[in-house]
Amino acid sequence: MITLIREMFSYPFMVRAMIVGTLVSVCASLLGVSLVLKRYSMIGDGLSHVGFGALALAVALNMAPLKVAIPVVIVAAFILLRVTENSKIQGDAAIALISTGALAVGVMLVSLTTGMNMDVYNYMFGSILAMSREDVVLSIMVSIIVLILYVIFYEKIFAVTFDETFAKATGINTNLYHMLLSILTALIIVLGMRMMGALLISSLIVFPAVTAMRICHTFKSVTITAVLVSIVSFIVGITTSYLYATPTGASIVIVDIILFILFQLYGLIIKKNV
Amino acid sequence: MSLIACDKVSFSYEKQIVVNELSFSIEKGDYLCIIGENGTGKTTLVKGLLGLKKPSGGKITVGDSFQPTEIGYVPQQTVAQKDFPASVYEVVISGCLNQRGMRPGYSKENKERANSNMELLGISDLRKKCYRNLSGGQQQRVLLARSLCATTSLLLLDEPTTGLDPVATTEFYSMIDRLNKKHGITIVMVSHAIKEAIEHAGSILHLSHSSYFYGTVEAYRHSTFGKRFLGGMEDDHIN
Ligand SMILES: Nc1ncnc2c1ncn2[C@@H]1O[C@H](COP(=O)(O)OP(=O)(O)O)[C@@H](O)[C@H]1O
Ligand SMILES: [Mg+2]
Repeated sequence: MITLIREMFSYPFMVRAMIVGTLVSVCASLLGVSLVLKRYSMIGDGLSHVGFGALALAVALNMAPLKVAIPVVIVAAFILLRVTENSKIQGDAAIALISTGALAVGVMLVSLTTGMNMDVYNYMFGSILAMSREDVVLSIMVSIIVLILYVIFYEKIFAVTFDETFAKATGINTNLYHMLLSILTALIIVLGMRMMGALLISSLIVFPAVTAMRICHTFKSVTITAVLVSIVSFIVGITTSYLYATPTGASIVIVDIILFILFQLYGLIIKKNV
Repeated sequence: MSLIACDKVSFSYEKQIVVNELSFSIEKGDYLCIIGENGTGKTTLVKGLLGLKKPSGGKITVGDSFQPTEIGYVPQQTVAQKDFPASVYEVVISGCLNQRGMRPGYSKENKERANSNMELLGISDLRKKCYRNLSGGQQQRVLLARSLCATTSLLLLDEPTTGLDPVATTEFYSMIDRLNKKHGITIVMVSHAIKEAIEHAGSILHLSHSSYFYGTVEAYRHSTFGKRFLGGMEDDHIN
């Protein structure tokens, strides 16, 4: 086992995957706390399907995948946040429309052009092998920007998440922070898709936050615990994936599920003893 | 110059008028209660005063001292807040954010202000407690402490005593009295309890679907508007 793990780190692509994956997981879990608390969890899911559609388009046009996907997903994030806020179509229905619509367009594009090849399979289910050097550099840069912005605006993000009306009434530019949240979410979803796959990326956002909320009672502790949960599930998940040749995304989600159950049980036990 | 003056102000949602040609003014140190049945536009009016909703007609004039950084607001609670993981301290100090601009974190003064407001409202011992596990009365105090971090001059409260038991309600009203009398904070409170309103407030704005009343509590008691709504209640008082 130890030798296997040592062997794992001797491959440069594994080291790259480890670094990028940890950074992206941490960012996703941070954004996830706000998205889950604001009842926006499904937006992550919707955006990932839009991301898949965009990647399929890029493949069809023979363009660099991320350069197409990033702007498209950012625009979709704006639209989704807007319709969730004020819309005659119910917010969740709007998300379902956009997300299944984009997925269908993506699948059509794929079947008309390249067909279901390995590339497409990787976009759907994720693979650590799929990341090019360029992807890696971009992912690291964007993750670090997300982390810095999150730390700088942590207090404001708390205020806007907890009580947007109050924040706005007392002169905080809530639109700005909404925009920030949607852009960052869009970026992280596109970057995380290579590793997790379009179908599973939103678990990176939702699981750590929900798991942390089983036992934590302050915003700060939820945030920190979510980050730790995301790191543990990523590392254990990717190691499992390497050792048993299972798909990366699914392996990480399985660890997430186990952690969730453990935290839930622990939460019940401490509640009983109070 | 008045703190806020409304001149024939109307509000509407998609062409449907909910508040029609309302005129009143709020002076420094006032204690105004806005009363009226559900759906008469009280929350809408408060949002208008806060600048969160644009009037569809008329004009709201605000004095120099009326800046977003000088407003405290206790909103009607949202469902999402009821299970939000946040400590009392985290919620209270977030009221200071309007003084921070783009700077990250909180200053020493902010922390002191949060602490002294928690002290003032008697919630210092709850500081590490989780907001969602508090009683309704305690939660309202937390939100009040937060809004005091945001202002020293004007507080707007939207049905702050909804869901509180009678004891907590009485305590809440005397706390507001103290802030108004002792600390000189201007109070604008939405309430659906007419009895408490005329007991504590200085002036009344009573909204109904067709018309409204605005004036002092005394004038309200003697107005036809007031008599209609108070009728039975005043008799209770005398007996
Ligand atoms: N966002 C909104 N969109 C459309 N109509 C609204 C909205 N908010 C409130 N209303 C309508 O405006 C009227 C007044 O609402 P509100 O100001 O909340 O009354 P109150 O606070 O006095 O109960 C109600 O009839 C309500 O249905
Ligand atoms: Mg209301």
